[in-house]
Amino acid sequence: MKGKAKETFPRQVFQRPDSLVDVRTHFCPGCHHGIAHRILAETIDHFHLRENTIGVACVGCSVFLYDYIDVDVAEAPHGRAPAVATGVKRAQPDRFVFTYQGDGDLAAIGTSEVIHAANRGENITVLFVNNTTYGMTGGQMAPTTMLGQKTATSPYGREFRNDGYPIRMAELIATLEGTAYSARVATSTPAQIRRAKEAVKTAFGMQIREMGFSLVEFLSTCPTNWGMKPLDAQKRVLGEMSEYFPLGVYKERKQADFV
Amino acid sequence: MTIAAGGIHRELMKGNEAVCVGAISAGCRFYYGYPITPQNDIPEYMSAHLPPIGGMFLQAESEIATINFLLGTSASGKRVMTSSSGPGISLMQEGLSYMAGSELPAVIVNISRSGPGLGGIAPSQGDYFQAVKCGGHGGYKMPVLAPHSVQEMYSLTMLAFDLADKYRNPAMVLGDAIIGQMKEPFVPTPYVSTVPAEKPWALTGCAGRPRQHVKSLYLGENEIEAHNWKLHRKYRRMEEEEVRFEPYHMDGAGIVIVAFGTAARVSKTAIQWARRDGYPVGMLRPITLFPFPSRAMDEAAARAEVVLVIEMNTGQMLEDVRMSTRHHDKIRFLGKPCAMLTPEEIHQEIRRLAGETARKTRGVR
Repeated sequence: MKGKAKETFPRQVFQRPDSLVDVRTHFCPGCHHGIAHRILAETIDHFHLRENTIGVACVGCSVFLYDYIDVDVAEAPHGRAPAVATGVKRAQPDRFVFTYQGDGDLAAIGTSEVIHAANRGENITVLFVNNTTYGMTGGQMAPTTMLGQKTATSPYGREFRNDGYPIRMAELIATLEGTAYSARVATSTPAQIRRAKEAVKTAFGMQIREMGFSLVEFLSTCPTNWGMKPLDAQKRVLGEMSEYFPLGVYKERKQADFV
Repeated sequence: MTIAAGGIHRELMKGNEAVCVGAISAGCRFYYGYPITPQNDIPEYMSAHLPPIGGMFLQAESEIATINFLLGTSASGKRVMTSSSGPGISLMQEGLSYMAGSELPAVIVNISRSGPGLGGIAPSQGDYFQAVKCGGHGGYKMPVLAPHSVQEMYSLTMLAFDLADKYRNPAMVLGDAIIGQMKEPFVPTPYVSTVPAEKPWALTGCAGRPRQHVKSLYLGENEIEAHNWKLHRKYRRMEEEEVRFEPYHMDGAGIVIVAFGTAARVSKTAIQWARRDGYPVGMLRPITLFPFPSRAMDEAAARAEVVLVIEMNTGQMLEDVRMSTRHHDKIRFLGKPCAMLTPEEIHQEIRRLAGETARKTRGVR
């Protein structure tokens, strides 16, 4: 708090997290990347990890992570963030290492990298933002695109006989032995945001306690490419998206398997 | 196997194993890879020898993952190496482009086999273009070292680490199935570093300093253009400072063979036979394929009557030889894809060319 606000209000209850850089983001109105970034920054602060963290940015809207989160960041080729994070973590096991990936990045081109990182029990944390489309390239069909959803490359709507089905990554990752934690959250209501933060904290905790691979999938909006107003986009997440991609914790390891 | 004779300590090893000994001597403690013939001795050696000395061996799910493991470990400031063969090196091209763009050092060993496609496991020098012209997108370069003995498999691997760190760029050791599988003694000369150990650009957590990034995306106005010029200047500096070649029997050589790696090794035998028979033949052997010894090539071509390029392919380095000199009329090519010419075949070609030049001198048509 600065100036007059400091005199008016006796106690500060809300502030920008230390790990969130004080700049304007490039995200569109109604996009949830900003919320996910804030939760990430708050959790880094919570565990006092800012000076001990290496983030890995992926390709897509989230690549500018390095402009917004005040930590060291490496940029990975499209889909390869879990492999780059593996290289960082193997070289520096005492550092906190996370990736931040979109659904095109993680669930299409990077499926192999994320599955094998999880299967190795790679001690990293993956934040996965699923907005059912390729945002940065202009709203093309993603593996997570809902059946019937019209996108730039599914102009007649996604049709399972041609394009298959939307892929549920949180459930898939949870089946792997090396996964310590896999959850799906949303950030469309304050209650959901609170639960999302708890999930990210749990995921961070898994890495800190060397329990293995952790992943939190965020159901997110892309009003620009969905052709929706921000509020309608929220309703879509709360409605059809949450029905197909149920929120919840799919795996939570209680005890390290090497104990 | 260790051999000690005349006070000189020697090791008897395969070329592939000598690469590993060189890497470990140069301080490499991180190796990632994926199985592919004919280089499996390298991951097998590293998986046995790195863990006991506190190093890290990790077998990846693909060469795509491998090169990105390298990217992450290199960004952490550690020396790191991988090895593969043609098909696997193809999969690494994306990562190599990102590493060149992000200015990250690493050593990549290609024990090349026959191509294109699955090709075969027979030795080949068909990956020359991919290595030297760089197969990834965007236009970049990397030092490419071509060992022609087990000794050089050892020493050039050590050099590759220094070049990679000096230029903050990937560096490649380009061998082939013969040089990788061949066993001969070598002297494990001690590694002497020529570069500073500190890497202040490495991502280690931003304790006590502003955050820093390793990236190749430049969207700001003119940023990517400036970045490209910066990389270009780096590649020019490599051309000025890193050219390495071996002149072999070049005194009075009217016939100059140009060959690298295994082709050069076999040519040496043929040259010895030809010299014994009185033919004036020598060799200019590029040790660095990039930067290519263009100036030495031009000077040699100017003095020679014939320049004979010998490769285990249908003519790739041949193009660089042509670009190095105006004396195109002197250039001949002897190649064999996916197998090595024998010394007899090369010797025969030398005799044929000697006859040709003798006739030309006498004015006989």
